[in-house]
Amino acid sequence: MCHLPENPGSGTHRRQFNHLTLFLMTRAKTTINRRSFLKATAMAGGGLMLSFNWLAACKAPSGDEMLDMPDEWFDLNSYIKIGNNGVVTLMSPNPEFGSNVKTSMPMILADELDVDWKKVIVEQADFYPERFDRQFTGGSMGILLGWKPLRTAGATARQMLVNAAAQKWNVPASEITTEAGVLYHKTSGKSAGYGEMASLAAELPVPEEVAMKQLSDFKIIGTSRKNVDGKKIVTGQPLFTLDYKTEGMLIAMPILPPFGMTVKSVDDSAARAMPGVKDVFTIKVLPDGYEQNAFDTISFPEMVVVVGNTTWEVMNAKKAVKVEWQLLDERAFDVQSWGGKQKVVMPKGLESTSAHRAWMAEAARGKAQVLRRDGNPEAAFKSAAKVLERTYTAPHLAHNTMEPVNCFAHVTEDKAELYAPIQAPEFIRRTLAARLGMPQENIHIRLARMGGGFGQRAYGHHLVEAAVISQKVKAPVKLVYTREDDMTYGIYRPTYTATYRAALDKDGNLIAFHVRGGGIPEHAVHANRFPAGAVDNYLAEGWSLPSNITIGAFRAPRSNFIAGAEQSFLDELAELAGKDPIDFRLELLERAKKNPVGKDNDYDPDRYASVLKLVREKSNWDQPPSGVGRGVAAYFCHNTYVAEVVDMRMEGTNPVIENVVAAVDCGIVVNPDAARNMGEGGIIDGIGNALFGELTFKDGVPEKNNFHQYRMIRQKETPRNVEIHFVQNEHDPTGLGEPLFPPIFAAVANALYRATGKRYYEQPFAKHIAVSPAMM
Amino acid sequence: MATITLNVNGKKRVVEADPQTPLLWILRDHLDLVGTKYGCGIAQCGACTVHVDGVATRSCSLPVSQIGDKEVTTIEGLSQNGDHPVQKAWLEHDVAQCGYCQAGQIMTAAALLKRNPNPTDADIEDAMHGNICRCATYLRIRAAVRTAANSTI
Repeated sequence: MCHLPENPGSGTHRRQFNHLTLFLMTRAKTTINRRSFLKATAMAGGGLMLSFNWLAACKAPSGDEMLDMPDEWFDLNSYIKIGNNGVVTLMSPNPEFGSNVKTSMPMILADELDVDWKKVIVEQADFYPERFDRQFTGGSMGILLGWKPLRTAGATARQMLVNAAAQKWNVPASEITTEAGVLYHKTSGKSAGYGEMASLAAELPVPEEVAMKQLSDFKIIGTSRKNVDGKKIVTGQPLFTLDYKTEGMLIAMPILPPFGMTVKSVDDSAARAMPGVKDVFTIKVLPDGYEQNAFDTISFPEMVVVVGNTTWEVMNAKKAVKVEWQLLDERAFDVQSWGGKQKVVMPKGLESTSAHRAWMAEAARGKAQVLRRDGNPEAAFKSAAKVLERTYTAPHLAHNTMEPVNCFAHVTEDKAELYAPIQAPEFIRRTLAARLGMPQENIHIRLARMGGGFGQRAYGHHLVEAAVISQKVKAPVKLVYTREDDMTYGIYRPTYTATYRAALDKDGNLIAFHVRGGGIPEHAVHANRFPAGAVDNYLAEGWSLPSNITIGAFRAPRSNFIAGAEQSFLDELAELAGKDPIDFRLELLERAKKNPVGKDNDYDPDRYASVLKLVREKSNWDQPPSGVGRGVAAYFCHNTYVAEVVDMRMEGTNPVIENVVAAVDCGIVVNPDAARNMGEGGIIDGIGNALFGELTFKDGVPEKNNFHQYRMIRQKETPRNVEIHFVQNEHDPTGLGEPLFPPIFAAVANALYRATGKRYYEQPFAKHIAVSPAMM
Repeated sequence: MATITLNVNGKKRVVEADPQTPLLWILRDHLDLVGTKYGCGIAQCGACTVHVDGVATRSCSLPVSQIGDKEVTTIEGLSQNGDHPVQKAWLEHDVAQCGYCQAGQIMTAAALLKRNPNPTDADIEDAMHGNICRCATYLRIRAAVRTAANSTI
């Protein structure tokens, strides 16, 4: 199975990339963003918008007041429309799943365009690869990859308005200034709103190169702006696919087999006689022999589907369908992924968590692939004064987005219209084209606000399923998964294990480090991350075992396990070395900076150290409050550096988290309050998964299928307080959806140790909490 | 199938449906009031919370036949212009991330403040504990309920 790489280029070039973009950004070639300048007339599917008027009627002014709509709109580029009255519509290109890109990405456009945020309407763009770059939400890359194209699009439109005014007033463009949507020519005293110049500007050639703002000139970027959909959310307006409805729409629901099985026979006689039921049938999701891409999932090759009039009727009819399942044979697939074609094998059989544990324990002693080796680890371990070895494990996790999997599709003879909660539309459109037998251009995907994503919605199986069902029943269809279907469909966070070994010399210096990580069906080892580069003798190894339980990206894939393991281990290692856990890490980072081992180290030791220093200061690390167990952890992933401190006290065996202090380096912070919201969410979600998150299996069947069994963090387990502090610098912005999540697992484990006197190696921790008598 | 008369958001509504249908699906599929959300179907997540005679109620587990002439209020009917103190506090604290669970959170909070206008922190946590927010905006939810309480007393 395949995951998205965390950064667009190779990891080792990241730092150059950041510096380069800083240097370039004062002037930018508009060619980098050329596709966004296609004129509106080139919109092949422009007319399609009309069929979705029901939702298009919901305009989203960014301020509190409703805006007067202009008589006429002028397109300056794909992202920007200006009305003759000066009202501005900004298209938000990326799908929104709660990370607030629908507010923060248009803020970047608006700042370079130099308009009043209160006069901005934000609209969600449809999936439109001919007009927008990379409409993908995931990997914490929205802001990172949008930064340059959005600034360029904003600055270019501004320059076109300046050029229009220069032409109309017959003055040099260089003498014209702008502020909050108004053009000024100081010497002649002339001024005009953008709306007055928009029609001429839209006709002018696109400048080859444009000036960008200096960072100190930003007026919107770096200020807190509220969610543009806030009012609609609190008033319950339809925003999600599950809320969508159209004339003649039918409801479809799946019946899913256990993992490792498929349909043998279906008795639908009782269900067909039930009220509202239109049809019951079995569908094949992917065509035979289809070469999958990284976001095609094949949890089940076929599914039984019930189609009817209303959700409740179909839910009931589903229960009346009797399906007999049969074992699948071993399956092998070719998957096109980053780094080329991969063979994925799914073994025959019904898997259980107890067996997974036993397989992993055995495999951990077997062969592994060497991922990185520095120095002579074997010799160093032999000469060590002290050796520490610890093994960490974590279970499968389900995403459990609050909006269950669903999708609207209307497929006719020659075209397909979808309204979908999907993080990665571009990958699934290819699959849809292959499955429906029509060209990609005839498939129109509208991007709904998603009721959560967390990686699950990078995978578009629900789009294919809805489309195939609609094609078969020849009607618009909304496919709806029940919570039970959603939790048991299977794009889970894999189950992992990792064994860490470290060698200390007689002075407590780290002389060798060895990580050997495995999992089903992938390992989580990042061989070039810290502490690689800080230790002379280093060995990273990985192994994996095949499975027919399907897995996928889950908030900070792999990091969400390995950070918890590694940072718990470093805590215990610091203790063994007799050092403060922050000092211990800082010493290693100093070594990695001054005299790095190897060339492929995937982090900047200075930025890593800066978050540790900031969290030490802000948490008042040296003077912890009395009666709390305090744990620290730090991690770098998805291009952002994070350090976190957790203060915990025990009520019996119940951990109460009093405070969390986080220090974050994500470069420029575009929307600070929204960034804090995202960070709080990552931290609290991480605490919940560390303490409670777990999905187990018995004979191919998930043992939990709804929230009465799957424990989610709730109000009373939420920390009393969470503080997020950002490192102030001028690096290009990086993402926040994922990076605060992984280290909290270790900060919780380390705080638990200090609060209970016991180390925790196996997630979820709440199952194992015991307080040592000495601590009571 | 039966003809059922309901009082929803101050209006009389008549639907033809199986009397066992949970109120949630009557609201969403029959009355096009989709602000009330489906999350679990077993009264475990709170996304479907509405008021029945002013009391926070999980609409996914309430058969429509049991409502009779009780007043049903959904998020769409909580206030005329989205200006209920709880809605205003939610905007002030910019609570939402994905936003899916928030209508249920707001309805739970509004019912709490109606019966207990000056709740303690523990009262707020007790009342809100049944509502899951997968994005984990719990701190802001707590703060917004506190703000709404302060604005109404």
